[in-house]
Amino acid sequence: MAEVRSRARELTKWAVTLPPTAFLVAFFLLPALIVVAASFREPGEFGGLAPWPAHSLDAYRFLFGDVIYLEIFARSFAVAVLTTLICIVLAYPLAWLIAHSPAKRRDLMVLLVVLPFASNFLVRIYAWIMLLGPANLLFTPFAVIIGMVYVHLPFMILPLYTNLENHDPAWLEAAQDLGAPAWTRFWRVTFPLSLPGIFAGSALVFIPVIGIFAVPELLGGTRDILIGNLIKQQFLEDRDWPLGAALSILLTVVVLVLAALATWGARRRRHGAKAAP
Amino acid sequence: MALLELKNITRRFGALEAVKDVSLSIAAGEFFTLLGPSGCGKTTILRMIGGFDEPDAGDILLDGKSLAGVPPEKRPLHTVFQSYALFPHMSVAGNVAFPLEMARLPAAEIKRRVAEALSLVHLGDKAAQFPHELSGGQRQRVALARGLVNKPRLLLLDESLGALDAKLREEMQVELIAIQRAVGITFVFVTHAQDEALALSHRIAVMRDGRIEQCDEPDKLYTQPANRFVADFVGKINLFDVEVLAAGKAALKLAAPGLGEIAASDPRPLRVGERGAFALRPELIRIVDQKEAIELKNRFFGRVKELLYLGDVTLYKVELANGGVVEALMTNAAPGRALFHEVGDAVAVCWRHDAGVYLRN
Repeated sequence: MAEVRSRARELTKWAVTLPPTAFLVAFFLLPALIVVAASFREPGEFGGLAPWPAHSLDAYRFLFGDVIYLEIFARSFAVAVLTTLICIVLAYPLAWLIAHSPAKRRDLMVLLVVLPFASNFLVRIYAWIMLLGPANLLFTPFAVIIGMVYVHLPFMILPLYTNLENHDPAWLEAAQDLGAPAWTRFWRVTFPLSLPGIFAGSALVFIPVIGIFAVPELLGGTRDILIGNLIKQQFLEDRDWPLGAALSILLTVVVLVLAALATWGARRRRHGAKAAP
Repeated sequence: MALLELKNITRRFGALEAVKDVSLSIAAGEFFTLLGPSGCGKTTILRMIGGFDEPDAGDILLDGKSLAGVPPEKRPLHTVFQSYALFPHMSVAGNVAFPLEMARLPAAEIKRRVAEALSLVHLGDKAAQFPHELSGGQRQRVALARGLVNKPRLLLLDESLGALDAKLREEMQVELIAIQRAVGITFVFVTHAQDEALALSHRIAVMRDGRIEQCDEPDKLYTQPANRFVADFVGKINLFDVEVLAAGKAALKLAAPGLGEIAASDPRPLRVGERGAFALRPELIRIVDQKEAIELKNRFFGRVKELLYLGDVTLYKVELANGGVVEALMTNAAPGRALFHEVGDAVAVCWRHDAGVYLRN
């Protein structure tokens, strides 16, 4: 009897997990492997790849051989760091305010934060073109940062809010009771305990920003291209698929390393934070 | 001079008067308890002493100086919160060091004081651990050490033992008394558990609906309750509605419907015909055989209706001939015998004339 039941449970587990697994294998894992393979091939004469079995490490040699690519990587990294920092600074007070609002108003405020998602991302970027154009700010690094922050701010607010909402108000009362003035209470209690939220939000902002191509393409000038634009260029304009693939892989590796670091940092912090009595 | 004085404190929340004109005086070194059911205003008083709430009227004085307008972080007193409120991202030592760091003591001094405080609560070996790695009792000790470490003038404890299980609670009670004696710091303790209040306190203020009903030492509170509420709230008690038949210091006679005529005593001048209540602790009643000759003025016949065997003691409910029910507590201190009476036994309940207390309405 118990055996039958455990076999049924096993079967259910497979039936439930198989479709999403199959989907991910077909549309995520296989394409990713194709990209890896493409990076070791040679470009075709008219785009695409040269016929099998032509292969080489040219794409990587080229990539690491020209300082311009590293420069663009560095620029993308800088833009992503700056965007993330601005998002933290802007999102923190707002997330704090939502978390400390009466429960009824909180839901409405969260709804307002996610409301921009109701309209298409490109439409909203075009709106910024309208706003920045007359102010003579269009096609500048400034416009790129504005667009990046605007698009990604909710991804910082939501995890931060979730974190702050779970803080026990007694922590702050205890800190005050034990002699801590307002700023000390923030820096010694609220801020360190909100680090998991900051880490989570930073991952959600940093990772898309470092690879995005639409915002710099629409709002930035020719000198503001980022890694995402470069990759797009290889595939659509320069017709060098192996180089595009190699750039994609490099970007993926960088992002994975950073994501692993963020997860590690968040876990180390959470270690203490979940101990709320 | 009193260390802490509450002068005619009133606190309103909208239409609700949570604390009504409360005055108190607490001496240095005292273990003082505010006891009452939930919603009686005891926690509100504690929060006002701590500075998290301000009275609408009246004043709170510490060492003769008003605390009005002084924020919590500037008051030389600490609170042990009901939930302990330990900082989850700091180690045990980090938590205990926090108030010392706020006071800007030198690092070496902090280290020494933290070690001292942790050894006081027997947690010397847990300094590096984090709160979530500790048991409830250990967290409680950390909270206590954190509250005591920079020697506040006053330590406020808000239902601090409430989250512990019964056995641990008893252990912590014993330890709390020992710690308070060792450090000599004044404790103001808030609880709804009357047994805890009796066990721990030098003095207890029993509260109801924002007022203090009685403020006394534990034994006074227990043996001489000021009114029905206190009599009923503190410990187990039999309460009978009575009318005074004859007044007189040692010759008070009370008529109790369902019981009969009770011989009692009361030093106050009472008026014949006035009504009140007669309060009698179950452990002051003896249950004997009806035939047994006994020299006690109060003796009523009845039958054992129910009994509750509790191991060390047994609580008997005796239904009297004229309908009243009396609860009597007998110790089971006779070797080899479990129970003295069975349900249905015909018995007599008796008590000394000075055993109970007459409470005026």
